[in-house]
Amino acid sequence: MKGGFIKNLPKVYGLYTGGFAVFIIIMAIAEQAGVSAKNIGVMFVAFTVLIYAFIGYLSRTVQVDAYYVAGRQVPTVFNGMATAADWMSGASFVALAGGVYFGGYTYMAFLVGWTGGYVLVATLMAPYLRKFGCYTVPDFIGTRYGGNLVRACSVFVLFIASFTYVTAQINATGTIASRALGIPFELGVWVGLISILICSMLGGMRAVTWTQVAQYIVLIVAYLVPVFWISSKVGGGIFPHLMLGDEVARLGELEQQFGLVKNSAADMKAAGVPGGLKYISGSHSGVPEGGMAVWKYLSLAICMMVGTASLPHILMRYFTTPSVRAARKSVAWSLFFIFLLYSSAPMLATLSKLALMDPNLPTGIIGKSIAEVQQIQWVQNWSAVKQVFIADFNGDGILQLNEWFMRGDVVVLATPEVAGLPFVISGLVFAGGMAAAMSTADGLVLAISNALSHDIYYKIIDPKADTAKRLLVARVLLVIIGAAGAYIASFRLTSILGSVAWAFDFAMSGLFFPLVLGVWWKRATRAGAIAGIMSGILSGLLYLLWVYPKFSVPIFGGVNTPFLGIDHLRFGLIGAPICLVVMIVVSLMTKEPDAATQKMVDDTRIPTGKAILGKQH
Amino acid sequence: MSNKDAYWAKTKNHMIVTLVIWAFFSLVIFMFGSELNTMSFLGYPLAYYMTAQGSLLAFVIMLFWTANKQEKIDEEHGFSEREED
Repeated sequence: MKGGFIKNLPKVYGLYTGGFAVFIIIMAIAEQAGVSAKNIGVMFVAFTVLIYAFIGYLSRTVQVDAYYVAGRQVPTVFNGMATAADWMSGASFVALAGGVYFGGYTYMAFLVGWTGGYVLVATLMAPYLRKFGCYTVPDFIGTRYGGNLVRACSVFVLFIASFTYVTAQINATGTIASRALGIPFELGVWVGLISILICSMLGGMRAVTWTQVAQYIVLIVAYLVPVFWISSKVGGGIFPHLMLGDEVARLGELEQQFGLVKNSAADMKAAGVPGGLKYISGSHSGVPEGGMAVWKYLSLAICMMVGTASLPHILMRYFTTPSVRAARKSVAWSLFFIFLLYSSAPMLATLSKLALMDPNLPTGIIGKSIAEVQQIQWVQNWSAVKQVFIADFNGDGILQLNEWFMRGDVVVLATPEVAGLPFVISGLVFAGGMAAAMSTADGLVLAISNALSHDIYYKIIDPKADTAKRLLVARVLLVIIGAAGAYIASFRLTSILGSVAWAFDFAMSGLFFPLVLGVWWKRATRAGAIAGIMSGILSGLLYLLWVYPKFSVPIFGGVNTPFLGIDHLRFGLIGAPICLVVMIVVSLMTKEPDAATQKMVDDTRIPTGKAILGKQH
Repeated sequence: MSNKDAYWAKTKNHMIVTLVIWAFFSLVIFMFGSELNTMSFLGYPLAYYMTAQGSLLAFVIMLFWTANKQEKIDEEHGFSEREED
């Protein structure tokens, strides 16, 4: 029966994709028949969320290995899709193109960082962790180094990194739910949370895996359809990825023509620009001059790459493959599916920017009179919810490039509308954003609650607990973690991207070297690992508090200049090297690991033979 | 035992080669961003192209290549899982 299900996966998801296409067509017909835009948005989000919930219900389980690692039978390509959905968060989906739109070349260090990290995952981590047979990332650290203290330390890092991340994801689900369903944000957060929990509570990793595959299909369709459609509509060519060279060059000309002006903070405050809205001040394709600019680019890319290779919710996806070989291939497939979206974000940003900036296009607004721009329907809609803003600094009544303010999310959410696509596409985009945010939140909430239930409760507090009790604890923790995340998200403490980058820095500070050295350096000892993890995470945290003005002003009484340009997005560059040095020094000072541990490392390094940890543990 | 050591030595070398290529596409080329941007590829400035698409594509291709190569090393030393599953 189960083997049958795995064999039939392509058919099942093929049918599902076909069904989704039919649903889109029905919605398009409904739009023509006069159903309101708002109702189409509601139906898109409600329909997709109900499907995920249904998959979650079908995947319910009472078995420990199905709950923690989906029974280790997820085929390579499907695990790749699930990882891609797990990986691409609400921020990737909604804010990435916006980031490229405003940040241009400099911002695209994120793109390189968030993909290059998978090379580290594939070469240094995934196959070995799969061979080890652990249920969670702290399970590896706890068994390799031996002892409850080191296990608890790694759970601590996992908790800090994943919890910062999950808050941002629940925030994103709330934002999208509130916009699509027309409910207040505070309520949207709880609606989002309930959808997330339905997908993961009954079936743990198994349910999350199969919903993530479904969510990937929705999110990639929702991202690519508008990009290709807009591109052919505004004359960018049918295959934008290969054909936007002229458009990029044209943007360079327009930047020259309009001038890239930096607004002073005082001017923006006086004009009453709402918080979180940005304007274009950097070049789209131009490389900023100077060594510092190069270092800023490289340091950000390094932090994101190393952070990627340390994030537990990603690493644990590779515990679900049937073999070590499958784990390696699965990383490659994951990156392929991620690439489909990431390589499209800059194209969307280019098209969207050109649509607004080029005075020769009917959609262009820069250089037109402000009174005229304010008459445009979509400008009115998005101004009403404070997502776009116009400030006439020089008082000439003409909209200049630096006088147009917009929230980054608007690039993805409003470009279909700006380019004059039917609303059914905007509804699709809402469903995609919801899928992206939900799938990442699911993976994160599960990573945290699994670590707490398996590593803290079962391994440390009550090793005699029976299966039923373990799974009950796991589910209760899942609900508690989700609710805590939603509660914090409902205060809107952080902007989406700031905190997402922090999760990478935390993970790299405390987990990267303990994981890598656990496999690649037999001499690494328990004391070394404990000292490394704690010094890494604490020094990183301390540096963040010192360098981030919102923390440093109340704590240290002032704004500090970042050391070597290492600002709050890059604090992992402080934590990780400290972790490495401390770990090596302390390891060399302590007695080398015993023969049993060395043999364990030897066995981890070869793909064949028994896993270190049994099927049920 | 020596077979295991030889296997690990090869795996290690393979890891280093992979990481060198990785460092080239993720770090080295972006040290020369302004120089690269004077050249063009598909009509895009080269550094822009690499960060928007080129390096990403290189990583994808690399990962398939590296997985296949590692499978060959597995087979050579009799550590291939093929018989098992």
